[in-house]
Amino acid sequence: MLLGLWIARNTNQVRGVMVTGASMLLMLSAYLTISYISMRSNGATEEMLFTDSITWYAPLHICYSVGVDGISVVMLLLSSIIVFTGTFASWKLQPLTKEYFLWFTLLSTGVFGFFISTDLFTMFMFYEVALIPMYLLIGVWGSGKKEYAAMKLTLMLMGGSAFLLIGILGIFYGAGGDTMNILEIVKRDIPYNMQYIFFPLVFLGFGVLGALFPFHTWSPDGHASAPTAVSMLHAGVLMKLGGYGCFRVAMYLMPEGAAVWGDLFLILTTISVVYGAFSAVVQTDLKYINAYSSVSHCGLVLFALLMMTRTSCTGAILQMLSHGLMTALFFALIGMIYGRTHTRDIRELNGLMKIMPFLAVGYVIAGLANLGLPGLSGFIAEMTVFVGSFENQDLFHRVCTIIATTSIVITAVYILRVVGKILYGTCKNPDHLKLTDATWDERFAVICLIVCVAGLGLAPFWVSDLISGSVGPIISQLIQ
Amino acid sequence: MTSILSLSAEISLTVIIIVLLLADLILKEPNHKKLQGLACILMLIQLIVNIQPADAEAFGGMFRTTPMISVVKTILTAGTLIVFLQAGEWLKREDTRFKAGEFYILTLSTLLGMFFMISAGNFLLFYIGLELASIPLACLVALDKYRHHSAEAGAKYILNAMFSSAIMLYGLSMLYGTSGSMYFDDIASVITGTPLQVLAMVFFFAGLGFKLSLVPFHMWTPDTYQGAPTTVAAYLSVISKGAAAFALMSILIKVFAPMTAEWELLLCVIIVVTITVANLIAIRQSDLKRFMAYSSISQAGYIMLAVLAGTTQGMASLVYYVIIYIVANLAVFGVINLIEQHTDGKVERDDYNGLYKTNPKLSLIMTLALFSLAGIPPFAGFFSKFFVFAAAFNSGFYLVVFLALINTIISLYYYLLIVKAMYINPNDNPIGYFKSGTLSRIGLGICLAGVVALGIISCVYQFLNDTAIL
Repeated sequence: MLLGLWIARNTNQVRGVMVTGASMLLMLSAYLTISYISMRSNGATEEMLFTDSITWYAPLHICYSVGVDGISVVMLLLSSIIVFTGTFASWKLQPLTKEYFLWFTLLSTGVFGFFISTDLFTMFMFYEVALIPMYLLIGVWGSGKKEYAAMKLTLMLMGGSAFLLIGILGIFYGAGGDTMNILEIVKRDIPYNMQYIFFPLVFLGFGVLGALFPFHTWSPDGHASAPTAVSMLHAGVLMKLGGYGCFRVAMYLMPEGAAVWGDLFLILTTISVVYGAFSAVVQTDLKYINAYSSVSHCGLVLFALLMMTRTSCTGAILQMLSHGLMTALFFALIGMIYGRTHTRDIRELNGLMKIMPFLAVGYVIAGLANLGLPGLSGFIAEMTVFVGSFENQDLFHRVCTIIATTSIVITAVYILRVVGKILYGTCKNPDHLKLTDATWDERFAVICLIVCVAGLGLAPFWVSDLISGSVGPIISQLIQ
Repeated sequence: MTSILSLSAEISLTVIIIVLLLADLILKEPNHKKLQGLACILMLIQLIVNIQPADAEAFGGMFRTTPMISVVKTILTAGTLIVFLQAGEWLKREDTRFKAGEFYILTLSTLLGMFFMISAGNFLLFYIGLELASIPLACLVALDKYRHHSAEAGAKYILNAMFSSAIMLYGLSMLYGTSGSMYFDDIASVITGTPLQVLAMVFFFAGLGFKLSLVPFHMWTPDTYQGAPTTVAAYLSVISKGAAAFALMSILIKVFAPMTAEWELLLCVIIVVTITVANLIAIRQSDLKRFMAYSSISQAGYIMLAVLAGTTQGMASLVYYVIIYIVANLAVFGVINLIEQHTDGKVERDDYNGLYKTNPKLSLIMTLALFSLAGIPPFAGFFSKFFVFAAAFNSGFYLVVFLALINTIISLYYYLLIVKAMYINPNDNPIGYFKSGTLSRIGLGICLAGVVALGIISCVYQFLNDTAIL
């Protein structure tokens, strides 16, 4: 559908090609969204629309099958927005521009392929395609401890995918070994003991990418060392692969496993929500703060999924969307500030509001969205998550919810602290006084993201309807 | 069909050897270029003539061939052709060019040995084939005897080879003693799994384990690879290994079927140990040829997973894995060889620092081939690994598959170290740009096409799956 569009064309006019490609992608996603909505309103009732399937490896029943539902449509839209703005955010990237965009494109190919696949094998393949370019992107174009971070990130995520692969084989053979299609597997019953073994493997495999508590350590290092656009794409989209996979593969296909293991993982996600937020409070590097905040917010996604109510799962998808947008905005702004001041240490930055008002205002908006100010996207998402979580009647779930809710307060602490420290006050560093505000390409990227964040915050219902329509069948599978 | 014609692949190969021998005699020195051209053309003809799968036996069941065996022979021939394409860079050196004829003849003799080995229906023929495949290889390893440690490597190889074939022969004698026959079919119907027969099976396994360089029979591998000429090491790592893996699988399943429980246990342990030990040692290697030696040991462990599966699915995955492994490994060795020949022997990993800036194409080929070896999609290695894992999983070896999967992460780490050296590590004095010969470029091109395309094109696996029989 959208794939393979650009790879061949990355020759001389790299930037031009990238912009055309990314805009085309954005338009295609928008078109897909619109046609999806119109088909739904015309009464299409299948779970997935635009399905197609080509047999690939017949002996193992591997097909290249694609299809979208409300969740993947939203995720595709998010990815294309971030790829589009990410292109602008890395406009001035200097050494080896062509190679950079080539890997960047491969990364986004993996992401898009993952979201549209309905075949386990194809999905897994795209998942890995999305991971490996990270190594070179961070290793070559990153900053700081880039080699260490790149290696750590790649190995941890690939470790996750090793769990995943065995889990996928378990699902495949557990479901009778004659189809890899998710929509087919769901109609069969995987034996309980298979689910019991393989649910935690698959959930962990995806959970590593979703920064689940003991396995989140790749994320701060990776995000801090990656170049701007890669941080954006990674925190904004790639981490969502984890949540999406947990939901679509682990929980959807193995509901009984989810019921057994859910509580344990719920505790882990609660820890990652609160722990991530606390860690963000003590960091001094802007990117580390944001990376830990991502851990906390992505933890919230998994948390909401495991609550297994329709509202909370809708909230989880909304949270993915909202976090993707804000975090991309954050990383873009941090990249722009760093490009000027050459430091990300909040102790050395003061009074930027006067020097670069545009970036500073953008930063404030991103911060407010992050701490959940009504009118911006964060509020809608977190509200839905917590309301949905509270629908569970029993004590255990309620306690977890209450603990997780405290993260909102902690978020406010670190966001406001950073905003106060670096934006306001007087500038003490004379070098910083000479700096300029954003250029046109940067402004364009930032404005696009802000519009999306605010748009989602002000008019959330069309999106949440879209999502909750598709969450329905998965939840009914879980509740059985 | 029972006729002498069922040996067509072997006969034509013998003809090629004789033609090359005569050509070497007739053509005036320096004749290395003409010989290379001739050898490549003859191999191409061999490939085309014998592409038709045959199903036949000869000499009363001593020799047999099935479509699957023909396919494997074709694959080995194609792999040897790629090796020949890459050999030119090494053989044009002053001190090696007069040995070009020997190189081609010896290599083809080992190939002939492997053909007999996989086609054998009788342990005697099998043993002769194995020896024919081992002894000329020792000469090949020592071909560069005035440079490096080639002579040492050759000595190490021949001693180990003799030792392991002695053990194997001892095992075969026990088998003969308990069953009264050397024919596969007769033995299979007679043996019951008495302790002596189990011992015979273990001895036999040890003999082939040496060829495959499985741990604990791997000690010769790193030294031999390091000392041998790079082209020979490449040949040793893929062709010889592929043939041995296929032979092992068919014999274990066909002849030792009554002892399945025993050899499955043996294989489980050996696979886990092989992959883990090789991977852990590979991390510490800085010499790329030693490094590739350990990498090939661990790859042999993955190939054994398909043997463990013991099904037609496993057989298809094994041959598929071997194909992918041949192209990927030959690509890596091809690059190592080119750089070694053009820089007067640089094979350390640190020498590769900053290679991407000066030789982007070679680095790219190397990167893709390494990714394929590590099993990264969308390159072919991912598919072959997946199929091997699926085959073993389908036979119920969950834990072994899981441990092997964990090991892929370790292997990814050390493959990435080379990628890191080429792309990320800074170097003030990188290897300069050079232009490689046409034939080596064709060779690398074939490998690259294989690495990129073989996974995406599903018909190869489909075909293997249809022809696979046990």
